[in-house]
Amino acid sequence: MLSEIAFYGALETGLIYGLVAFGIYISFRVLDFPDLTVDGSFPLGAAVSAVLIIHGWNPWIATGAAVLAGMAAGSVTALLNVKLKILNLLASILTMIALYSVNLRVMGRPNVALLSEQTVLTPWYDLGLAYHQVPVVLFLIVVLVALFLLWRFMKSETGLAMRATGANPRMARAQGIATGGMIVLGVALSNGLVGLAGALFAQSQGAADVTMGVGVIVIGLASLIGGEALITPNTVIRALLACVVGAIIYRLAIAFALNADVLGLQAQDLNLITAVLVTLAIVLPGVRNSVVSKFTRKKA
Amino acid sequence: MISADDLRLTFGKGTPLENPALRGMSLTVNQGEFVTVIGSNGAGKSTFLNALAGEVMVDSGQIVVDNQDVTRLPTYKRASRVARVFQDPLAGTCENLSIEENLALAIKRGQRRGLSTAVKKQYLGQFRESLSSLKLGLENRLGDKMGLLSGGQRQAVSLLMASLTPSSILLLDEHTAALDPKTGAFVLELTEKIIEEQKLTALMVTHSMKQALDVGDRTVMLHQGQVVFDIAGKEREGLEVKDLLGLFEKQRGLEVDDDSLLLG
Ligand SMILES: Nc1ncnc2c1ncn2[C@@H]1O[C@H](COP(=O)(O)OP(=O)(O)OP(=O)(O)O)[C@@H](O)[C@H]1O
Ligand SMILES: [Mg+2]
Repeated sequence: MLSEIAFYGALETGLIYGLVAFGIYISFRVLDFPDLTVDGSFPLGAAVSAVLIIHGWNPWIATGAAVLAGMAAGSVTALLNVKLKILNLLASILTMIALYSVNLRVMGRPNVALLSEQTVLTPWYDLGLAYHQVPVVLFLIVVLVALFLLWRFMKSETGLAMRATGANPRMARAQGIATGGMIVLGVALSNGLVGLAGALFAQSQGAADVTMGVGVIVIGLASLIGGEALITPNTVIRALLACVVGAIIYRLAIAFALNADVLGLQAQDLNLITAVLVTLAIVLPGVRNSVVSKFTRKKA
Repeated sequence: MISADDLRLTFGKGTPLENPALRGMSLTVNQGEFVTVIGSNGAGKSTFLNALAGEVMVDSGQIVVDNQDVTRLPTYKRASRVARVFQDPLAGTCENLSIEENLALAIKRGQRRGLSTAVKKQYLGQFRESLSSLKLGLENRLGDKMGLLSGGQRQAVSLLMASLTPSSILLLDEHTAALDPKTGAFVLELTEKIIEEQKLTALMVTHSMKQALDVGDRTVMLHQGQVVFDIAGKEREGLEVKDLLGLFEKQRGLEVDDDSLLLG
């Protein structure tokens, strides 16, 4: 069976990927904008926060800076699409590739260790919780706050305008909504959340690494699709809950799979497993939905 | 008041498919007027309405709404003055948003949107009241997804949305064409009622010559991107479909393509 440490570890990463899934929900679901920038904005958030922390910045301010960096990355993708009319998927690939160089520049080397640094987690270790429970508690609070704020936002006038932009842009324009501006705002918000996830991940893992973004988009999508299969996302709050639940269950499932010796799986097989799971989710009937249909050929 | 002056627009300029859709279209619609627009397929009716709304930019000419030149403004900057109902019942509303959310989007048409709750409690009374005037029982279904409604119901709600806030002009592009005859008649009646009650200025495209003469107080016919005739008042009273056809032939010395104009 799964050890307690492995269990909490899965919860911890699950919560972090819950934030990623929020971001993917905004881009893929709300805006209907397939955005792969996240593979670059996740390590960007990690890199920015790690570098600021080793330069002695307050870890929360460093984390805030990571959010802003993610938002800037998202804005670049959205502007490439809105202003220069580059296809959304391609625009995001361009930003993602560019971010690989940016991240190396930010860190000055391929990875930055945070082992002896103060992080957002440091003060929480004094509260008397078991060591491996601390990140879970803190990240749960962060995720719940993000969920609440996102829920309120999606119910606000601006949030509703964003939802209309993704669902029916022509109608949105006719209602006086600047759809281009909404796309920039939404994709920025999405990547800001992913930057936050990257920053928290680096701090809980004790390092930022330039390769840590590989496959984040696919894991986030797997969480989103899985969550939606469990919780029908017919309201905003259910859709957001589906993101978190999907991400946690996904990480637990991975932890079980890696733990079961009979399967002979190892950590490096993770991306392969994820890709296979997402493929199954796309191919299996019943899980078909608009995110999925974006990646399959439409019949004419 | 809205006036279009010498609008010209060519699709696919410089390609073999070059297609001049608007060729000097001029029309002034005065405050409170209800104008019906007819013309054969490809006459440029939809293009004209799209140009007024800002969905397509004209090559030349000028569009003035309430003394403001809006010729170069994008759709969303004209939305405070221009309200629309589309031909496709799916186009005017968001199917995965609820009825009340769609109405909340419309009540802010052309205004700044902030971070306060979109569906405000104080709107609900107004929403219920307007919906109950449709007599479709929708006032009890505010939370239902728009996608659950039939085409006619959606078109009725679209009309309501377009009239929820004041506009300088209401553009209707064959908004009953996709509905069955009975529902179409209901939506048309509703259109007349709303336009009359709220004293709206409206431009309605229709494929039915009879309808064009029966409703509204002025009728214009477009042909090849221009207005070929424009009748109102005494001249229009008692006019019948065959008179319209005669008028068209006299004006243009052309045979009208009967197939493309429903005489019914
Ligand atoms: N986006 C476009 N690109 C290229 N050509 C277009 C476009 N939109 C319209 N056209 C062309 O412009 C001309 C006018 O079209 P429009 O849709 O305005 O006609 P209409 O009077 O609304 O016709 P209908 O009665 O069939 O709705 C047509 O020849 C049409 O093919
Ligand atoms: Mg048309």
